[in-house]
Amino acid sequence: MSYSEKLIDHYENPRNIGSLDKSSEDVGTGLVGAPACGDVMKLQIKVGADGLIEDAKFKTFGCGSAIASSSLVTEWVKGKTIDEAETIKNTDIAKHLALPPVKIHCSVLAEDAIKAAIADYRAKIAKKTEETQVTNKDAAE
Amino acid sequence: MNAIKQIRRNDQPIYLDYQATTPMDPRVLEAMLPYFTYKFGNPHSRSHSYGWEAEEGVEKARGQVAKLIGADEKEVIFTSGATESNNLAIRGVAEFYKDRKNHIVTTVTEHKCVLDTCRHLQEQGFEVTYLPVQKNGLIDLDALRAAITDKTVVVSVMAVNNEIGVIQPLAEIGKICREKKAFFHTDAAQAVGKIPLDVEAMNIDLMSISGHKIYGPKGIGALYVRRKPRVRLVPLIVGGGQERGFRSGTLPTPLCVGLGEAAEICLKEMDGEARRLKKLQDRMLKGLNDKLTDIIVNGDLEHRIPGNLNISFAYVEGESLMMGIKGLSVSSGSACTSASLEPSYVLRALGVEEEMAHTSLRIGLGRFTTEQEVDTAVDELVRHVNKLRAMSPLWEMAQEGIDLKSIEWAAH
Repeated sequence: MSYSEKLIDHYENPRNIGSLDKSSEDVGTGLVGAPACGDVMKLQIKVGADGLIEDAKFKTFGCGSAIASSSLVTEWVKGKTIDEAETIKNTDIAKHLALPPVKIHCSVLAEDAIKAAIADYRAKIAKKTEETQVTNKDAAE
Repeated sequence: MNAIKQIRRNDQPIYLDYQATTPMDPRVLEAMLPYFTYKFGNPHSRSHSYGWEAEEGVEKARGQVAKLIGADEKEVIFTSGATESNNLAIRGVAEFYKDRKNHIVTTVTEHKCVLDTCRHLQEQGFEVTYLPVQKNGLIDLDALRAAITDKTVVVSVMAVNNEIGVIQPLAEIGKICREKKAFFHTDAAQAVGKIPLDVEAMNIDLMSISGHKIYGPKGIGALYVRRKPRVRLVPLIVGGGQERGFRSGTLPTPLCVGLGEAAEICLKEMDGEARRLKKLQDRMLKGLNDKLTDIIVNGDLEHRIPGNLNISFAYVEGESLMMGIKGLSVSSGSACTSASLEPSYVLRALGVEEEMAHTSLRIGLGRFTTEQEVDTAVDELVRHVNKLRAMSPLWEMAQEGIDLKSIEWAAH
């Protein structure tokens, strides 16, 4: 299979490999895919006080297209708000990397990964807000 | 006589896919050349010397092939390759004996051309038993014995598996088939010329042979068809009645000569070559084991041709590994390399879990593989496996002591 230069570049020089502290309040973690299917992506975002994604890291088990797709989205989400990051579409990823038709699922997985990371971050914020409210309530009583 | 040390150009990757195909031995090419040019006659022409000369070449080749497998030259017919041979053997025998028998026994790890032939016959009303294999890739002889009935016309078990290189117990299988009065067909495309084969000692009735797996040309193969006791076949291709009526069509003289020469070289060099390849296989495995953890050889290591290794590099997906090791030409059991998106059915039949099947590579060593190439391959594999593990979430979890099976993965 022949791949685009951009894809090969992301495979050979992947951006933002690594892990963030998943227990940290400002980090959202998305883990999608399954080993039995041949691809698993872990994508993490760190959201700053200004609401912008200040860091993103990934680790991927999968083919070259899966690695490139996840590397690419970590670049794309940085500096965006989570609402903006949520609008990233698999079709944009597939187009940018010129994924062959049999590899489109890799871009779908990358979109899922970013959505899962955002959902995890939002869940943490919601829980924190709830706890704060409960604490405030307790204090008021 | 091993003057040729290297057949690839220096800008080509190291070829480690000898189960897919082999380069033609230059000695084979040399034997073939006259039959492309001045010895161009039709081997079936009886009226002039052009024909006689070509016929002589073909008949010599038939003898060379026969000698390699302990057969009589009259029992060897030329085909276009092992796929045709497998089709002809199984369909031919099934159709000829269909009034008396309607059952075929084969295994789940056969080559697609055997499995597909069997499916085709099933559609026509034949019954097929697909024997499972054990964890090591070998069939259970008791299960085979139990599967054969008085309706079984043929048992088709491959000699050596194309993905994992394991050698089935041919002599034992042959003995059981003879006792139970079923014909024994073996797809020996990956075995011929690599391990000693003897159709008499092993009670083999039909054997498929491929040219391009034994350093011969592509587009030629052979089928051994036993004469005593006689095995009858309905031909797939009819016409001029060449090849004892089993396979009509003018023989491709240069290809037949090439197959014959390839067979003779294999016979002459088999012992030394097997020892040399065993050393290379050991060297590769030791090199990888010294520098990597969590690697698993798929299939039995002992009952295996020395030119094959099938290894799962846990936590690293096969296609991404192949993309990294650009200097090596290997193949993968991973789904991602195939259109089907299913991992290797052979590995699955061994009970290899899907996640491990995705991490497998098939490494094939052969006549032109050198020690230096093996060392280079080990270095390159180690480097890329380490690089990919560093970016694998599964490797990270495993290092943290997380049991990957405890996680509820969202399959997609």
